[in-house]
Amino acid sequence: MSIENKSFRPKIVAFCCNWCSYAGADLAGSSRLSYPADVKIIRVPCSCRVNPMFILRAFEKGADGVIMCGCHPGDCHYSTGNYYARRRMTLLFSMLDYIGVENGRTRVEWVSAAEGVKFSDTMNSFVEKIHSLGENVRLGDLRCRN
Amino acid sequence: MQELINRAKELLDNGTVARVLGWKAGDLPYDPEPAYFETAESLKDFVYNGFCGANLSKYMIEASKLEGKTLVCLKPCDTYSFNQLIKEHRVDREKAYIIGVGCKGKLDIEKIRNQGVKGIESIEGAEITDEADMLKIQTIYGERSVAYADAMLERCHVCKGKEHKIFDEQIGESKETKDGERFDEVSRIEKLSPEEKFAFFQKELSKCIRCNACRNVCPACSCRKCVFDSNKFDSSQKANVDSFEEKMFHIIRAFHVAGRCTDCGECSRVCPQGIPLHLFNRKFIKDIDELYGEYQAGDDTDSKAPLTNYTFDDAEPSIVGKRG
Ligand code: SF4
Ligand code: SF4
Ligand code: SF4
Repeated sequence: MSIENKSFRPKIVAFCCNWCSYAGADLAGSSRLSYPADVKIIRVPCSCRVNPMFILRAFEKGADGVIMCGCHPGDCHYSTGNYYARRRMTLLFSMLDYIGVENGRTRVEWVSAAEGVKFSDTMNSFVEKIHSLGENVRLGDLRCRN
Repeated sequence: MQELINRAKELLDNGTVARVLGWKAGDLPYDPEPAYFETAESLKDFVYNGFCGANLSKYMIEASKLEGKTLVCLKPCDTYSFNQLIKEHRVDREKAYIIGVGCKGKLDIEKIRNQGVKGIESIEGAEITDEADMLKIQTIYGERSVAYADAMLERCHVCKGKEHKIFDEQIGESKETKDGERFDEVSRIEKLSPEEKFAFFQKELSKCIRCNACRNVCPACSCRKCVFDSNKFDSSQKANVDSFEEKMFHIIRAFHVAGRCTDCGECSRVCPQGIPLHLFNRKFIKDIDELYGEYQAGDDTDSKAPLTNYTFDDAEPSIVGKRG
């Protein structure tokens, strides 16, 4: 991969729902598909469990990109969780973009338990995108002008 | 105003209401404050003028717990907040006797001061019944005049309309004040580069002294236990604390009220640092309007809030980048 020899190591957080995307990540692993180690996965019970503040907090702590993966719409383990999550994330990403965290740094991708390939492709393309954007603004400094 | 006082007296006397929630004169000509009046006699201190920007609907949360009905004076924009509070089960409609009061735009003392007017002694033309388009201001340096429109609160320039959404009776004339579009500034910021956006908000938010006035005044911020009062989090309500909750205060609060904020403008009005807080709320409102259909919180008392609702074919979050 072209990105491997660059010195910038982005910090990337991936929230994955337990039922689909985390299992998809597992499948990617057992199928020996690779994706960059810059991605740190946090397992959540449902994409709807991702409080928008989790994402804000990841950026506040210095993340360069945050991606959330859940079951495809219609396939949520809890029926409708991802529909609510979809609205929340759309509004949150738009707000983040508005305050200077450009929208390429946030992504939602629906990945099922059978989509190991999609999982690894998604992570590869997301890491590449963050590489091209470079370091993020320090969102934690939003309230202090030095 | 006299008509309003007379009616309030009548309703107090015949026992329809147990108290009146309105505004009373402050120490200075431009700082009337929200107040309860329990007797016809005390109504002598009642005022209603151009400086009565304070939205009284939030006070009805406490007043709903009191014995008897409370007469509450609501301006057109305040009635949206009241509806929203009914929807959230925070006020009791049966406990309120709502007089929809007319409004010809409310004044912002900072806008007057910014025009170099100092040492204010009295202000003429701020009465609701005054037809004057100019304010005559007596200062210790002599008389000054300022156009009423140039002294209005930002929110009155983009007024949602002078229709009371909920009332028992209406008193007083209103005057159209809208002369701008509320999303103009949001659209301007949307077009900036990421660095410029960040710099803009950093400059504004760095002024915050974390006084909590914006939260305390906000009718949508009516949670019994606010996350910013919880000592389980690191939110000590001090400007220099660098916990997540403190640093992200404005964004967190804006998200908490997204879909519930009626754009009443109180947060921006009370901020002692003049931070344009409405820019956050309006960004959410603009997005909700564009993505999920026009929605005005407080328009009614039973529609579903956009964030507790969904459709199968909602836009994907990637739309944020595609809209450009
Ligand atoms: S009112 Fe203004 S200064 Fe006070 S906490 Fe809110 S934003 Fe900060
Ligand atoms: S956030 Fe501001 S404009 Fe919105 S309801 Fe609260 S005080 Fe009013
Ligand atoms: S800031 Fe959030 S938790 Fe606090 S009162 Fe407002 S909506 Fe409720």
